[in-house]
Amino acid sequence: MPRTLYDKLWDAHAVHVEPDGMTLLYIDRQLVHEVTSPQAFEGLKINGRKPWRIDALLATPDHNVPTTDRHAGITDPVSRTQVETLDANCHDFGLTEFVMNDPRQGIVHVIGPEQGFTQPGVTLVCGDSHTSTHGAFAALAFGIGTSEVEHVMATQCLWQKKSGSMLVKVEGALAKGVTAKDIALAVIGRIGTAGGTGYAIEFGGSAIRALSMEGRMTLCNMAIEAGARAGMVAADAKTIDYMKDRPYGPKGVQWDAAVAYWHTLVSDEGAHFDAVVELNAAEIKPQVTWGTSPEMVVAVDGRVPDPAEAPNAVKKADWERALQYMGLNAHTPISEITVDKVFIGSCTNSRIEDLWEAAEVVRVLAGSGHKVAANVKLAMVVPGSGLVKAQAEAEGLDAIFREAGFEWREPGCSMCLAMNADRLESGERCASTSNRNFEGRQGQGGRTHLVSPAMAAAAAMYGHFVDVREVML
Amino acid sequence: MRPFTQHQGLVVPLDRANVDTDAIIPKQFLKSIKRTGFGPNAFDEWRYLDHGEPGMDNSKRPLNPEFVLNQSRYQDASVLLARENFGCGSSREHAPWALEDYGFRAIIAPSYADIFYNNCFKNGLLPIVLPAVVVDQLFRETVAAEGYALTVDLAAQTVVTPSGEIFAFEVDGERKNRLLNGLDDIGLTLKFVDRIKAYEMQRKQLTPWLFN
Ligand code: SF4
Repeated sequence: MPRTLYDKLWDAHAVHVEPDGMTLLYIDRQLVHEVTSPQAFEGLKINGRKPWRIDALLATPDHNVPTTDRHAGITDPVSRTQVETLDANCHDFGLTEFVMNDPRQGIVHVIGPEQGFTQPGVTLVCGDSHTSTHGAFAALAFGIGTSEVEHVMATQCLWQKKSGSMLVKVEGALAKGVTAKDIALAVIGRIGTAGGTGYAIEFGGSAIRALSMEGRMTLCNMAIEAGARAGMVAADAKTIDYMKDRPYGPKGVQWDAAVAYWHTLVSDEGAHFDAVVELNAAEIKPQVTWGTSPEMVVAVDGRVPDPAEAPNAVKKADWERALQYMGLNAHTPISEITVDKVFIGSCTNSRIEDLWEAAEVVRVLAGSGHKVAANVKLAMVVPGSGLVKAQAEAEGLDAIFREAGFEWREPGCSMCLAMNADRLESGERCASTSNRNFEGRQGQGGRTHLVSPAMAAAAAMYGHFVDVREVML
Repeated sequence: MRPFTQHQGLVVPLDRANVDTDAIIPKQFLKSIKRTGFGPNAFDEWRYLDHGEPGMDNSKRPLNPEFVLNQSRYQDASVLLARENFGCGSSREHAPWALEDYGFRAIIAPSYADIFYNNCFKNGLLPIVLPAVVVDQLFRETVAAEGYALTVDLAAQTVVTPSGEIFAFEVDGERKNRLLNGLDDIGLTLKFVDRIKAYEMQRKQLTPWLFN
């Protein structure tokens, strides 16, 4: 029987299946960060347990680390304790950790692929919902809670029930200036934040095959915002190319065996999906969220919607609350919304390709004399890892950003969730390349508009949202 | 983990869809390295008028009188009535820890986000799914009658209203068993240690590059 990629990954990792379908699933890889691990390590210690396989674990601090001068250490004592606790736990249990000042440190979802720790065909978990990112490598990757972090450390397995399968098929070519982020937001706008609940999504179609690995990661990263357990993309030549010469990747004869296996990581012709959603890439425009949920999204040439036109009473109340929180009126053209801050970063959009896209917009506009607009108090670029930062600097991107008036920072989660010092003040409005626009996500009372890196860069230069397709003509 | 068998408790109606885990426990409280003590900061941004930070004396902070949990008729509620997609967003297990620490034993909603749903079971908190029309009815009844309490019976898989109306709910057999008995997940899984090792041997031969 033809199988989906999800079926193949699932079957290959099933250690034991209960009559009701509960499956003991073997986990090949676990990424660890400082926020969701301390209680798991504590649990191991209390029960006298040890990690099953330390070679299956890789740790780094990312949520709490400062993005400015790191030599001063972490000023907030609570954040510092959490990072020091991770260091101590990794030391005690013998885990590999890229500590704060290691050049390889970064956001877990950026360093996993970068190091080749994330590989096609693996099961990969992390105590972090955006673990779905790694599905871009034809891997089964999903976020888990802290109890499960401990469970995987202790047993190398997880109890899981198989999800349904959904194919999101995007055919055709994207317009210039339209990116993977816009596909992700358009999909969520279409199916809603609960549209993928109970499913593992496979993204397919010619527009997905045309995406780079970075773009596929952006897309899978946001699968969780559609409610899906996991997002994934079949392996192809790009996947395999990306894996070449990665520190943790296979080498020599193992490389050839691995490549042969990776080629099988596609859905078979005629495989059955429980749900199929189709989008035409050519119709996707740059997207901007207007509300407090990623599904509250419109195209940049659209307007803030009117709650009177909401599909039902619950949604109407949600929209009204969202507009009030966001300080927006119905019918306002998106291009008239001004921003106070701009954040380019997060595990959604902080890889080298994202920085290329943003820098290109800045370079073009700077060429015609633009700088970061006067009404923008802060525009910051936070690379996803130390290695991304180093590459960007070697290519001169930092200079492009700096000269235009952006701040160029050290790698970490930063203002994606404002656990460190980077945050919005109450009432401030931000164009952000991150993945969540929930109330208070970037700081209490802060107002987040999710966009692509190119759109964020353009908003910084104009001080309001603009259609990047027109900028880049 | 505290077992869950039967529970009768006052119901509080939280009438919002898509309540995310950032709202349940804001990120500044995630810096704790403990599992307990999150209850006073559950729904912090909605519950208090000032900005909460770890280490504050929460008893001295100004309460938001508009927020449903602060209304006197809902004090000591232990059953949370919620709307669709409850617990979406970040995977933080601090969300169920906060709800449990606050005093909730069960949640009733038409749907939950996946990771949150899983996390509840690990912490003695029962997330019950009932159809949207039933949840609507429970919202109406809760608001209409002060002191409205529901009885949740996990073994029987029922929710019983004060008037004796019974609603059945589905729960996965294995999860139910663990919650009923308060069993330690890791201990149970380690009974499969031979199978896990056998699987691992086989996997080492098929994909040796994953064991370097
Ligand atoms: S960048 Fe944001 S979404 Fe990604 S892991 Fe960090 S906090 Fe989570």
